[in-house]
Amino acid sequence: METRHKILILDDDQDWLELSREMLKQLPSKPEIRTANSGSRALAMLDTEPYRLLICDLKMPRIDGLQVLAIVRRRFPELRTVVLSGLEDEEFRSRSYALGVDLFWLKSEMQRNTQMFLDCLESLIGRDSEGGFRGIQSKSLMDIIQMECLSRSSTVLRITRGPLVAKLWIHDGELIDAETEGARGEAAFRRILGWKSGTFENLPAEQNHERTIHKPVNALLLESAQAIDENADTDTTEQTVQIHRKTVWKLAVLTREGADFVVAVLPDGTMESLGTQTQNAEHCAKWMRRAEEIVKRISTKIEAGPLLHIGASNMERRLLLLPRENKSFLIGWSPEQADNSTLEKSKKIAASWDS
Amino acid sequence: MGLLKKIFGANAAIQQLPSGSVTVDSSGEVITSTVSSEFPKSLLREIARDVLELFREARADQMPLAELTLQFASLRVSARELRGGAVIFLFPQSALSATSKGTNL
Repeated sequence: METRHKILILDDDQDWLELSREMLKQLPSKPEIRTANSGSRALAMLDTEPYRLLICDLKMPRIDGLQVLAIVRRRFPELRTVVLSGLEDEEFRSRSYALGVDLFWLKSEMQRNTQMFLDCLESLIGRDSEGGFRGIQSKSLMDIIQMECLSRSSTVLRITRGPLVAKLWIHDGELIDAETEGARGEAAFRRILGWKSGTFENLPAEQNHERTIHKPVNALLLESAQAIDENADTDTTEQTVQIHRKTVWKLAVLTREGADFVVAVLPDGTMESLGTQTQNAEHCAKWMRRAEEIVKRISTKIEAGPLLHIGASNMERRLLLLPRENKSFLIGWSPEQADNSTLEKSKKIAASWDS
Repeated sequence: MGLLKKIFGANAAIQQLPSGSVTVDSSGEVITSTVSSEFPKSLLREIARDVLELFREARADQMPLAELTLQFASLRVSARELRGGAVIFLFPQSALSATSKGTNL
């Protein structure tokens, strides 16, 4: 059944509320229209039921519109917001956008261009729950980052999603660092890209900020886009989504490095495999377990030190066995892909496996 | 004085890592060897048998191998399968050895 979205209009002018209500009835999606004449009343209404859109005046007694928007940003990050104000000062427009509103319209403009205003509102409420980042017309975070990088700008993007705050440092169009929830670098960037909605603002660039991300931003975005696509199915449980995300991430790493497959064996003997030609994974895992036993025996006999890796090859394949404390990896390469950097690439795959 | 002898015994000795090549038949018997005669032959034979076992296990697991490299912290063992037997190369590694790059596969 199609659900009707709810719109809340907040203004201290009762006549304006009635006028707006009549006007919004013209919206093609026929949303439910509610009104509130004070900030506290609006916040109470937002608490009681989910709204799609808040249309907010700025100049109001007690709690003004900017204060309401600041609270809304933290408490209802999914809620789309529009400022409809009579204040023609540009400062209010920029302060509103800094708070992450989707649209800023002057009441006078709205009356002159009613149809355009309604089209904008319809577009906002019609945009489904894929989310988006407020600040530039609900673009996705990927779009925003790409725009910053393509314009070769230097900036710090501060992204807020409810209580979570993240920062992305962009220098001359290159993503150099990311930080959120105690994570830094690529790990933080991946986590941030997982956010479906929020708000962002541009802070001044920080010169001489330490670089922790060396991979091109497009490669990172591609990996994350694959992971997000996989997560689009909202019917799956969170756990399944996590597994999917992990699997896609692992496949992305595997593909990027050019390996054919990975077989990982845990100390308890269980195994997992990924990639092409994994039909033989059980056999590979068995050989890995035996090989480690045999090699340990050799090492003990001649006191050659710990095993660093085992390389193996035949006409069809190159294999690299990397023993790790909690897991051993067998990484398969085609002869064409295997070269002097294979060991380093394999180590990278193993290192990123559980990250 | 003599503290180390008291701890490790008078006969404690440092064994040199093997260096050279060994050819073994399918039963693990050494056919030719360029490894120093100071290195115990029995130990060399055991290494050879372990390497052959690695090839055999791989074959049994449907992944026959032509070459193997075991990279230890202080020794690199490279082996090429030869009709059930193998030719094995032993390279002691030092801090200056290129262990992490090059033809490790």
